Amino acid sequence: MSKTDSQSRRSFLATGAGVAAAMLARPAAAGGNPANQPPNVPEWTKSLGEGVAVRPYGKPSKFEKDVVRRDVEWLTASRESSVSFTPLHELEGIITPNGLCFERHHGGIAEVDPADHRLMIHGLVERPLILTLEELKRYPRVNRIHFMECAANSGMEWRGAQLNGCQFTHGMIHCVQYTGVSLRTLLEEAGVKSNGKWLLVEGADAATMDRSLPIEKALDDCIIAYKMNGEALYPEQGYPMRLVVPGWQGNLWVKWLRRIKVGDQPWHTREETSKYTDLMPNGKARRFTWSMDAKSVITSPSPQAPIKHGKGFTIVSGLAWSGNGKVKRVDVSLDGGRNWWPARLDGPVLDKALTRFYYEFDWNGEPLLLQSRVQDETGYVQPSKAELRKIRGVNSIYHNNGIQTWHVQANGEVENVEVA
Amino acid sequence: MSKSLKLIAVALTACALSAPAVSQQKVDAKGGPRYHIGRVPTADEIRGWDIDVRPDGQGLPEGKGTVAEGEKLFMDNCSSCHGEFGEGNGRWPVLAGGKGSLTSDNPVKTVGSYWPYASTVFDYVRHAMPYGNTGSLSVDEYYALVAYVLYLNDVITDQNFELNKKTLATIKMPNEQGFVMDDRATSEKSFWQKDPCMKDCIAPVKITGRAAAIDVTPEDGKEKKSRGVE
Repeated sequence: MSKTDSQSRRSFLATGAGVAAAMLARPAAAGGNPANQPPNVPEWTKSLGEGVAVRPYGKPSKFEKDVVRRDVEWLTASRESSVSFTPLHELEGIITPNGLCFERHHGGIAEVDPADHRLMIHGLVERPLILTLEELKRYPRVNRIHFMECAANSGMEWRGAQLNGCQFTHGMIHCVQYTGVSLRTLLEEAGVKSNGKWLLVEGADAATMDRSLPIEKALDDCIIAYKMNGEALYPEQGYPMRLVVPGWQGNLWVKWLRRIKVGDQPWHTREETSKYTDLMPNGKARRFTWSMDAKSVITSPSPQAPIKHGKGFTIVSGLAWSGNGKVKRVDVSLDGGRNWWPARLDGPVLDKALTRFYYEFDWNGEPLLLQSRVQDETGYVQPSKAELRKIRGVNSIYHNNGIQTWHVQANGEVENVEVA
Repeated sequence: MSKSLKLIAVALTACALSAPAVSQQKVDAKGGPRYHIGRVPTADEIRGWDIDVRPDGQGLPEGKGTVAEGEKLFMDNCSSCHGEFGEGNGRWPVLAGGKGSLTSDNPVKTVGSYWPYASTVFDYVRHAMPYGNTGSLSVDEYYALVAYVLYLNDVITDQNFELNKKTLATIKMPNEQGFVMDDRATSEKSFWQKDPCMKDCIAPVKITGRAAAIDVTPEDGKEKKSRGVE
């Protein structure tokens, strides 16, 4: 494989060898194999391809083999308690394909036999319940599209620009359509006693992770989901059932859900004390910071998705979301936040779901400092990183929803930078 | 109103403030059964899974263990990841130390320096440890292990201290008062605006930091090291 000038550049390769390879595998119009291009007739036009059902479960084209979840090995001690990231820079629209939804496990992927899985509801209820998956499916169904973001998404960026690619800076998020049962339906069936104010939700994996959830949220819009994007949950997303807590941090969305206990106080489990508390500069930590504030990111151009066409008509594509409702507007800056231009929202704008935005312009080929800024329907405006750090310092790990800056260079390469 | 109920009231107010989307409907899930799908679990079925523990001691099982007993168990089951003194190996969690570090540039959050309640240690260890061999120890052994971890953190100072249902619920952790409810709705009020600025919002900016200079983005066949987040 010969390397072009730009591909031998460090900053370009810093997005991963696989990405560079992908660019070679999918060359710009000028590359490829001339024998397959007009006026010639390519191989695939001359002979029959595979027939139906040869691929009983379809997969993306082999030319898309680099569109995969990736992990950052130095981040954690073991892959069983770790995270992989959604390749946001390769995706469009608002729905994340099931196989690309980021993973976060605390004890590896539990391979649960649905015949043996049980969901138990007990504690401060009139009638404790135990359900099989088949029984859960007999309850009335709801379908909802929601984003799920890990509270530690962008956590590596608190001290400055660290990772070159929105897959790594923002990839702990996905958005799918869930089918399941409203948690309210099940709680009403069990009959919550008047002193039942909190739920303990717990998974069946090797970590049996447990979290406290206030009853108000449980009765508002939580779902026990068994389908994602129409098919059964994937094992790495909690097959056969998971909790969906719209707009709130992903850690609460317990996978392989096995137990819901109703109590009158929070439990203060390890996940909501030692983790998922936000350390402030004064040494105090915020607890129960459940909701995910409004946030946005430009997915292309971005470090893993450089501009390959040179100057001319250019599309800026990105995602915006809010855990507190719908996206109201998104603005894009080309000069690092000095001036802003309204972006165009395209596709559905849903409550607590990803929203796709576009900003189209004629690029004159000069370097850019690209940013996006969302405002949600509550009026909340996504803050700059400087504004966030002023209040929170740099040691809170979680809830970094600051404005991201991509430096687009004259040659179209893009890097993750900080500006001031 | 008891202290704990007050806390919940505060918690729920804060929750309502930080999540305006949560409806203020009257909380009432009394309903009564409508669908009659599923059955009532047996007491045995509930007992097998009902392993959670609260700060007030609710949920703690009958049993006991001492620091001295816990030391041997810790060496056999825990020290390969956490280090013999809870100092942590590699990227595995540090369990002890970090006292007074929470306001420093490099806070070390351990059971002693950060965790607000001792019950959490018992709940977590019984839920998830030993890593990869969850629930393989007896209740007495879990009490002993928790006693040793608390000893490593100077929360328990007597090697012969017996940790049990009664004594664990009386332990006060050094950082219990180190937590505040989510106050984003007030402390970050300035982030709610009517109309975001569009023109000449700030002075022209310069690049002050570059990810490429730090060079820790994953790349096939290269070792990378940086500050992580667990």
